[in-house]
Amino acid sequence: MVADLLHFFTTHWLGQGIVIFAECLLVTGPLLLAVAYMTYVDRKVWASIQLRRGPNVVGPFGLLQPMADGLKLVLKETIIPSSANGILFVIAPMITFMTALVAWAVVPFGDGMVIADINVGILYLFAISSLGVYGIIIAGWASNSKYAFLGALRSAAQMVSYEVSIGFVLITVLLCAGSLNLSKVVLAQSGWFWNWYWLPLLPMFVIFFVSALAETNRTPFDLPMSEAELVAGFHTEYSAMTFGLFFLGEYANMILLSALGAILFLGGWMSPIPLEPFTWVPGLVWFALKIAFLLFIFSWTKGTLPRYRYDQLMRLGWKVFLPVSLFWVVATAAVLQFGGFLPVPGK
Amino acid sequence: MLLQALAFYVFATVTVASAAMVVMSRNPVYSVLFLILAFFNTAALFVLIGAEFIAMILVIVYVGAVAVLFLFVVMMLDINISEMRQGFLKYLPIGIMIGIVLFAELLIGVGVIGDSSETLTALNAHGPQVLAGDNTRAIGRVLYTQYFYLFQVAGLVLLVAMIGAIVLTLRSRPGVRRQRVSEQLYRPRDQVLEVVKVPTRGGV
Repeated sequence: MVADLLHFFTTHWLGQGIVIFAECLLVTGPLLLAVAYMTYVDRKVWASIQLRRGPNVVGPFGLLQPMADGLKLVLKETIIPSSANGILFVIAPMITFMTALVAWAVVPFGDGMVIADINVGILYLFAISSLGVYGIIIAGWASNSKYAFLGALRSAAQMVSYEVSIGFVLITVLLCAGSLNLSKVVLAQSGWFWNWYWLPLLPMFVIFFVSALAETNRTPFDLPMSEAELVAGFHTEYSAMTFGLFFLGEYANMILLSALGAILFLGGWMSPIPLEPFTWVPGLVWFALKIAFLLFIFSWTKGTLPRYRYDQLMRLGWKVFLPVSLFWVVATAAVLQFGGFLPVPGK
Repeated sequence: MLLQALAFYVFATVTVASAAMVVMSRNPVYSVLFLILAFFNTAALFVLIGAEFIAMILVIVYVGAVAVLFLFVVMMLDINISEMRQGFLKYLPIGIMIGIVLFAELLIGVGVIGDSSETLTALNAHGPQVLAGDNTRAIGRVLYTQYFYLFQVAGLVLLVAMIGAIVLTLRSRPGVRRQRVSEQLYRPRDQVLEVVKVPTRGGV
């Protein structure tokens, strides 16, 4: 009986389909919950920085606040402006939300805990993250409103600029790891926490994190939705669940980039100290802790820094990050080649 | 195998249909969006034949960068569609001719027309050797050894194009105030900052 079931789920196409579907649910369910509570943690962190209490009315310690917010978004009326392009207006938030979710297919949560263990995992993540910009451009254009359009233009230019430096960061990491497979990138960093790539590639880690802030349109790079100039940027015209999808997609993207940072620079699911009591903790917990740490820095920056000016933002991307990361790629390659640290292919 | 065949036909149909819609849709923004859909489905086809590296590069380069710029330009332009339609019939025969030539080349290449076995062996002799292992490594090995000089020449061509683009767009307009960060940082302290001791009720 058990053997029959096992046979069905591993070999029959229907069984395999059911398994894949279940795996997807297992990833997206907790992810959406994490997004909901990320908004809560965000607000609590900003509140502490500004000596306020933050959400504390709905439920104990305000813990049900995200649920109340979500319910409000679901129950409100979706308004589509009469001059907007109806189809594209509705498709845009879906694209943002979908691209934020499908990227999780290749993220390894533990040793072998990954939906699709593909050879080109890093490239896949890079490709999917470059798609996110379409949701924003289409939203800005389809809204037929000048604030939305200006926000979309800003956002698109910003994301395209910072993607270049993220690309170079990815190249240095894959040079060191010798593989495009995310699980192998993590395994290449095994050992004590100073073996993780954050220390040997510290400048790239900083560039990655700042570019991640720009990529997700977070402060100090939140010009696309700078409320003092552009109302709410590209989602000015959106309401109810269409806005909700943008919101969810944005937070899912933040968590995704934190996960990517944890995989590339903080050793993924590895324990920081490879000794007995620490290795008993499951890898998933270490991975979650690392993501939480990076997300805390996201909130911290938002609570601390003022907004950049747009030309400063472009200058930082093209005139500072691009040359520095380009130089660092060449330097890393030279050190690996002539220092004898080149990773063994096929390992 | 059945699923794979099904996936192939779905992706191929969507590719061809969206490619047709690129030409036929009335709104240029829709054209670009259909073009993106076509790129995306082509990438899916590449994945199906096991060329995952090329698929990802197609998405990153064409969908992630080239099409974004297309979309930018098309959205900013106020294109009059009836004006664009005027030359349509005049250029239709030329377009069909080019289409036929390309299609015939494709058929000859695949070996449907002409002596198939000979063309295929000739093609394979010129093509790169397929190596074992994942295809990222295989492409890298061929590109940086067998085709190293061609690869460098391609890079030079791109560099020249890049310099050309910069030369065409770079102009210094008089009367524009620019921020020069290095100059700001190198100013001596006494030029920038003055500490004033303000007397009570005296004002500055």
